[in-house]
Amino acid sequence: MQQEFTLTIFSENHVGLLNQITTAFTRRSINIESLNTSESALEGIHKFTIVVYSTREQIEKLKGQLEKKIDVLKVFVFTSDEIIHQELALYKVPTAALLSGNEIEQLVRTYGARIMEVTPDYTVIQKTGHKSETQELFVKLDKYGVLQFIRSGRVAITKVREELLEKYLKKLRIDNKIKDIETF
Amino acid sequence: MEPQSQLLMEKKKNEKEILSGSEALLRSLLCEGVDLIFGYPGGAIMPVYDALYDYQDKIYHVLTRHEQGAVHAAQGYARVTGKVGVAFATSGPGATNTVTGIADAMLDSTPLVVITGQVSSSLLGTDAFQEIDVIGITQPITKWNYLVKNAEEIPAVIAKAFYIAATGRPGPVVIDITKDAQFGKVAFEYKKNNYIRSYTPIPATKPESIHDAADLINAAKKPLVLVGQGVILGHAEEELKAFLDKTGIPAAWTLLGLSAMATDYHLNVGMLGMHGNYGPNLKTNECDVLIAIGMRFDDRVTGDVSRYAKQAKIIHMEIDAAEINKNIKADVPVLGSVKDTLPALTKVVKENKHPEWMAEFKACDKIEIEKVIDKDIFPTQNGLSMGEVVHKVSKAFNDDAILVTDVGQHQMVASRYFNFKQTRSNVTSGGLGTMGFGLPAALGAKLGAPDREVCVFIGDGGFQMTIQELGTIFQTKAKVKIIILNNNFLGMVRQWQELFFDRRYASTELVNPDFQMITKGYGIECAMVQSRDELDGAIQSMANHDGPFLLEVKVEKEGNVFPMVPAGCSVSDIRLE
Ligand SMILES: Cc1ncc(C[n+]2csc(CCOP(=O)(O)OP(=O)(O)O)c2C)c(N)n1
Ligand SMILES: [Mg+2]
Repeated sequence: MQQEFTLTIFSENHVGLLNQITTAFTRRSINIESLNTSESALEGIHKFTIVVYSTREQIEKLKGQLEKKIDVLKVFVFTSDEIIHQELALYKVPTAALLSGNEIEQLVRTYGARIMEVTPDYTVIQKTGHKSETQELFVKLDKYGVLQFIRSGRVAITKVREELLEKYLKKLRIDNKIKDIETF
Repeated sequence: MEPQSQLLMEKKKNEKEILSGSEALLRSLLCEGVDLIFGYPGGAIMPVYDALYDYQDKIYHVLTRHEQGAVHAAQGYARVTGKVGVAFATSGPGATNTVTGIADAMLDSTPLVVITGQVSSSLLGTDAFQEIDVIGITQPITKWNYLVKNAEEIPAVIAKAFYIAATGRPGPVVIDITKDAQFGKVAFEYKKNNYIRSYTPIPATKPESIHDAADLINAAKKPLVLVGQGVILGHAEEELKAFLDKTGIPAAWTLLGLSAMATDYHLNVGMLGMHGNYGPNLKTNECDVLIAIGMRFDDRVTGDVSRYAKQAKIIHMEIDAAEINKNIKADVPVLGSVKDTLPALTKVVKENKHPEWMAEFKACDKIEIEKVIDKDIFPTQNGLSMGEVVHKVSKAFNDDAILVTDVGQHQMVASRYFNFKQTRSNVTSGGLGTMGFGLPAALGAKLGAPDREVCVFIGDGGFQMTIQELGTIFQTKAKVKIIILNNNFLGMVRQWQELFFDRRYASTELVNPDFQMITKGYGIECAMVQSRDELDGAIQSMANHDGPFLLEVKVEKEGNVFPMVPAGCSVSDIRLE
């Protein structure tokens, strides 16, 4: 059964890792729906958050192939109910549309969006939320002519208390009886 | 001693030597025990070759005639020695020529460190002369790769490269070193690597997996063991034998598992796969417990996976966690090195024998001997068969030579009829199926195992893919025995055309040059055989000759390899004719 999965991939922060990771997906013809990459909360460790539609079986194989990469520390796979996730959307609308009635202002209120910047020419609105919510606002705003629309990749946080990777690293440290040092 | 001079000596001891990046590279290689390198020079790696000039007494550099040859030779060396093979190439075309060999090593888990020269770091990304993105190109076909732009990085990177190449499931590593890093200076200090935070070479074994496996094995009526290269890579041949001796389970080997046991070991039931033996293929779909040891259920072994061993409980003993459930779902995965898991399992399984079950394999053998093997090795028709040549060469070397094969019909026939007494005696291109692998791999194998005989079987097609390595064999005087099974065809493709494409022989017939003349041109002794009565004598002269020798045998043009599990069919559909 195809379903949505969010993968968090923790890796060393080396050049070329994004390429290594994405080729693992392309080799299996798994389309990346959304991708976000940044430094993780743990120093020196990079985190990729990737959203895909696939089957549990495919994802388990993919996880194996990813973890096999030398510079990848650990991969966690989540279904949507196991995480809190958000995306950020920015909308640019003509300021004239804003002035010609109060519908846009009403939309901003009901959708919990925020006005970021107003110039005589255009206004930038920001909204965080799930894709369906930011998309819905887009459809509504587009009636007034959205000049530009951009949505970020997903960021996600687990519903369990601590960072799972921290646990994993702790175990590694104990297993190897070695201090956590990278050679270079 | 005066305190003053003592202090000076202390200081000297602690002072690190300042070396060029190139020299640091060679010193690092020496620290890893490297004394043999296969390679080919060029602009971007010239500083390294220049440094090599001063290390000729410690490192033997074999100048192959093509970079592909260098990598295949390093593979041959690695496969027979169990050590890491090392190859050098220059940037651009030198590096791209290594790609086939690296991919081959990746699929067949061969430990390699390939060092490529790269343009100076200031030129990276500018489409400079002979600049190519080696890291990008080799990323999907290496276990790890790394671009060195700084001389200081060299010792630590080489240490990491060897650690990664050799441990866990082995594989090729590419280190691309810019020219300025080769020229740069480094305070040399070498520390071997034995830990990388993000890399777990040997996954932990769950104790209950050993017990679950033992329970299945102890209750099994018709268990079957599949032996893969993992047994050889893990140096677990003795552990395998102890396990088999105790449990009495019949064991079949994969193409790469060949020589992990002796051919005549009483529980060895032959080869799996598309052109493997009748019994093990058929019985895969009749056994009740299948114990896969260090193998990865390649499609050439499984045929149609949806009809593969469905009746059996599957125990998969594997070092690479990503192989578990990749092709075949395991009922009991046993992660870890088979060097550890096999003895653990042997301890808890019951002593057993399976005479009736073994008799079923014997019955299959009888059928195969009658329908296939006798015709192959004792043919009655006029034309020479590949099978009889392989059989006789194996015997001429007392069934104890190292077998190297290229890719095609001759590979399958040689794998079927060559016999083994000791491990690490089989060097073939399995996963990638690379024509042109054989000749350079044989050179590497001979240099790795100089005290053993090395016989390489090559087809007339594949021979011409790396024929230039005859030059390297001539120069190194490596005493390889080269057997060309000449059928004037790309035989394996022709067989498929015959069986599945209505005999439409599109571009498979070869009009060949005079291989004898070519070989003589390279200064290598040779002989050609066209009829059966010349065969024994020619094989004897080859065996007796103290030096490299090429024996060309004109074999039946349209011989076929059987048994065969046609592509996409189930192992039960194995055809004998
Ligand atoms: C580099 C490469 N190109 C093409 C193939 C496809 N292929 C597999 S076997 C074969 C024929 C080999 O012919 P030959 O070397 O004469 O051996 P034979 O089968 O006749 O024994 C071909 C073309 C391959 N395996 N490798
Ligand atoms: Mg041929």
